[in-house]
Amino acid sequence: MKNQLLSMKEKAENALKNAKNLQDLEDIRVGLLGKKGELTAILRGMGGLSAEERPIIGQLANEVRSFIEEKIEAQKSVLLAAERSEKLKAETLDVTMGGRTPIIGKTHPLTTVLDEVKNIFVGMGFSIAEGPEVEYDYYNFEALNIPKDHPARDTQDTFYINDNVVLRSQTSSVQIRVMEEQKPPIRVIAPGRVYRSDAVDATHSPVFHQIEGLVVDKGITMGDLKGTLETFMKTLYGNDAVLRFRPHHFPFTEPSAEVDVSCFVCGGKGCRVCKGEGFIELLGAGMVHPKVLERCGIDTSVYSGFAFGLGLERIVMRRMNIDDMRHLYENDLRFLNQF
Amino acid sequence: MKIPMSWLNDYTDVNGITPLEYNHAMTMTGSKVEGIENPGENLLNVVTGKILEITQHPDADKLVVCQINVGDKTLQIVTGAPNVKVGQTVPVALDGALLPDGTKIKTGKLRGVESAGMLCSYEELGMSEADFPDAEYGILILDDSLPAGMDIRDVFHLNENIVDFEITSNRPDCLSVIGLARETAVTFGKPFTVKTPEVKGCGGDIKDYVSISVEDTEGCLRYCGKVAKNIKISPSPQWMQKRLKACGIRAINNIVDITNYIMLEYGQPMHAFDLRDLEGSAVCVRRAKAGETLTTLDDVERILDDSMLMICDGKKPVGVAGVMGGQNSEIKDDTTTILFESATFKAPMVRKTARKLGLRTESSSRYEKGLDPENTLPAIMRACELIEELGCGEIVDGIIDIYGQKEEPNVIPFDPEKINKFLGTDIDRKFMEDTLRALDFVVNKDSVIPPSFRKDVEGFADVAEEILRIYGYDKIPSTLMCGETAHSVKTPSQKLEDKVKELLCACSMNEIVTFSFTNPNYFDKLCLAADSPLRNTVTISNPLGEENSVMRTTAIHSMMETVARNINFKNDSAKLFELATIYLPTEEGKLPEERRVISLGIYGACDFFDLKGIVEALFDGVGLSSAQFRPETENPTFHPGRCASICVGKKEIGILGQIHPAVCDNYGVDKEIYVAQINLPDILTYAKNNKTYQPLPKYPAVNRDLALIVDDSVLAADIETVIKKKAKKLFAGLTLFDVYKGKQVPESKKSMAYSLKLQSMEKTLTDVEVNEIVQEVLTALEKELGATLR
Repeated sequence: MKNQLLSMKEKAENALKNAKNLQDLEDIRVGLLGKKGELTAILRGMGGLSAEERPIIGQLANEVRSFIEEKIEAQKSVLLAAERSEKLKAETLDVTMGGRTPIIGKTHPLTTVLDEVKNIFVGMGFSIAEGPEVEYDYYNFEALNIPKDHPARDTQDTFYINDNVVLRSQTSSVQIRVMEEQKPPIRVIAPGRVYRSDAVDATHSPVFHQIEGLVVDKGITMGDLKGTLETFMKTLYGNDAVLRFRPHHFPFTEPSAEVDVSCFVCGGKGCRVCKGEGFIELLGAGMVHPKVLERCGIDTSVYSGFAFGLGLERIVMRRMNIDDMRHLYENDLRFLNQF
Repeated sequence: MKIPMSWLNDYTDVNGITPLEYNHAMTMTGSKVEGIENPGENLLNVVTGKILEITQHPDADKLVVCQINVGDKTLQIVTGAPNVKVGQTVPVALDGALLPDGTKIKTGKLRGVESAGMLCSYEELGMSEADFPDAEYGILILDDSLPAGMDIRDVFHLNENIVDFEITSNRPDCLSVIGLARETAVTFGKPFTVKTPEVKGCGGDIKDYVSISVEDTEGCLRYCGKVAKNIKISPSPQWMQKRLKACGIRAINNIVDITNYIMLEYGQPMHAFDLRDLEGSAVCVRRAKAGETLTTLDDVERILDDSMLMICDGKKPVGVAGVMGGQNSEIKDDTTTILFESATFKAPMVRKTARKLGLRTESSSRYEKGLDPENTLPAIMRACELIEELGCGEIVDGIIDIYGQKEEPNVIPFDPEKINKFLGTDIDRKFMEDTLRALDFVVNKDSVIPPSFRKDVEGFADVAEEILRIYGYDKIPSTLMCGETAHSVKTPSQKLEDKVKELLCACSMNEIVTFSFTNPNYFDKLCLAADSPLRNTVTISNPLGEENSVMRTTAIHSMMETVARNINFKNDSAKLFELATIYLPTEEGKLPEERRVISLGIYGACDFFDLKGIVEALFDGVGLSSAQFRPETENPTFHPGRCASICVGKKEIGILGQIHPAVCDNYGVDKEIYVAQINLPDILTYAKNNKTYQPLPKYPAVNRDLALIVDDSVLAADIETVIKKKAKKLFAGLTLFDVYKGKQVPESKKSMAYSLKLQSMEKTLTDVEVNEIVQEVLTALEKELGATLR
């Protein structure tokens, strides 16, 4: 019997080697270990064994059984792996084919850039202030040190609703509203629409957007204005951006400055885009005029402040290389989808 | 303001400063240079030549061959011009010459005859008819007194750097050569001197020639008059013409040129009257009387009114104060005695008059910025000095100077420490004092007095700016604000807008931005009712045109225009949104309500329920669970059967639906357009963003399908309400998966198939329990809505 068992083991090993698939394995298992299998047949002869031989043979039989079982399992995993790899091979895709793209809606370029600007200033502790677009003449002009006969009114070509109400020509009107409502410290930006009587062309629109900034606190200096705008510009345009502050005149700031940024195209060397200057006009700024502060009830012996205003369209157009402002208001899907 | 750089040398020293350096330095001290041009830059190797001999070209009828002396040699040049004669002086472009249009001249042969250059017309030299109004067609014939071989740029003073300044409205003093020379001197640390004009005079007394009175002392702050006699009218000298031309002013005659020259030099507009035309030998400064007219020097008859300040003689107006003189007293070729006027008029008055007359002149644009009365006297004396210098007349002794209330000097406290603290700088006191003195301020120990021509310097901050701009804005150290920590938060409505944009983008919507004013024809395009409150608009009184004349009262029009445009652009489908402002008039005299709305619009491969789904997703995202959609059949903009008003309780917060085909026709679109408009403030009011965790169910849910037959008029919302009410706490969801009309369903009825999901948080529901509830639901549906199970 012992020989029978050993030869069965050997036979099993050979058979397993030749097993091609899971069915072959199963046939082998049933043929050897099944109820009607070889092992069962062999073990039927156990009755003829002596009491000494019986446990020895029994043990051997168990060893052979578990040997075969293990071998089957091992072979099974080899075959399974092979089978899976066959299947995977059959499933091969052309991964260079296009994907099924979910449509992601996009914010308008003006919003995208404005959000970026807002985030920069919010990070610097600025809140976002708002004011009406249809505004009293007082907030748009008078309170900003631009009385009725001021020549600066000529340059602004304002839309009037009536003698006292205008479509605001600058977001600076929000400065006054904020200072009337809030005591210092004040640190706000006020983005919004402004209106000027310009016909539509590639660089003009009667409706456009400005972002106003206002800081009023104890000990605010012109250096703070420079530092704030530099931080802002470097965050927006990268650390290579160089700012140039030069004197200018606005009725509601003193000293006033116009701020240029180094040309994006030539980096300051001078090219066609910057008309050889190396710099591009970017925004107006200055220390809030003492008359403006005083009119809002702010004590100029204690507080000082700075303000700035920049045009959003200009930043967006430069950033996205848009050559015609009309694209921004035409809302052609082929345009909107580019960003 | 354009001035030739060389003129500055009369008062300071700009020799050795390159145009580029000048441009940069002046810009950085506040006199923005727009550009520096040299008109002779592209005009090389063109010289004067004397024609010695002219012979016919052997092979061409229309060409002649000239022998020309160009100074150091004689050249043979072929020309086709008809107007050349022997002995004339002409411009000769030599071999290698460059002309302003880019043409390069080379020696060559014309019909076999060698030509060593080209004779030029004024056009070829880059000049225009305006420069030579009397020139005949052909070659430009020059003055015979010019030597041969002279560079043509020197003949016409073209080799000159002309600086174009952008002068801000607060600095009328810089609309003058002297003002800019002062700025130049301070910028470059150069000396600055203005000579006091010296007038010899010829005796006599002005009072014997003219009397002057100022009736309107409010409008005329100062009026100076001087008389000159024995005037000989002629062209002004070359040097003066050259300077006027460089500044963009055309030479007329010596007297008029002197007045313009003074305006450029001193920034003080002047006028000269022919004294014989002043009736009663009198000048009176007064308001115009109603009905008076005056033909101004530009040959236009002006109708005057009593808001306008006039210069009049004994009877009639002879000039519009500060704007333009009258033709009736202008300088003529035979003028012999003149009255010079140098006056200061009130800025707003000149500005208003110029606007009313639609006549903006070099003079009015200076006056309207506010001129210095102290400048009138030096200016008029300088004009008289020039008369004597040019030898074109004699100055009668005496001056008439009517000067009202002289302004008190403005004494401003001077505190260097405070200035440094304000600017964030560390500028020493000496620099401050030197700078202010160089700018003609009086500097005392703790106060300064700005010069009379600097009315823009009013207080501490202005003084700080004066110092800073010379010190250099670029030298201010950049600092970060200190002070109390600023606490920045977005307001709830700002956060809501951010959220709405994010949600709509996630719903595949693209944001648009449209104009907030529009054409009032939108009322009719949207088929608004005649009495619709939306027809009541904020209207612009001075619009660019009707198409942009009213502030929109709805965002649907902007959306429809955008949709129509996109359809025209052949964009087959689009999903668009805008966070728009609409402008709703309130009480008379008050500002309108500026309401923010969400505007949605979709078309192409979509239907009503796509848009409704977006709105529902939006509401879910912002936490608005109480909104209901009710059929709206009366809104004329929308399809009567495909429109819902969006409500929270009784409050309507928006509208949603398919645009009425008639409205589509008005916008020229033939697609189904779905549009919604929802009030943002209402969302803010009703949305509850207080979501908290709900325990996850431990027991399985049971689904039951209910196919109901109901009348056509029964709404899904009604069915859902009944089911929810009856299923109570076990309600876990309801999906409408089929709506069917047709065979097997009776006429005017429909089948609505729902999948109802029931679930208990406490146990697994048994069949018996589920059946019980479903039966209750069905009974209620039958009782309340007449629904039967199919």
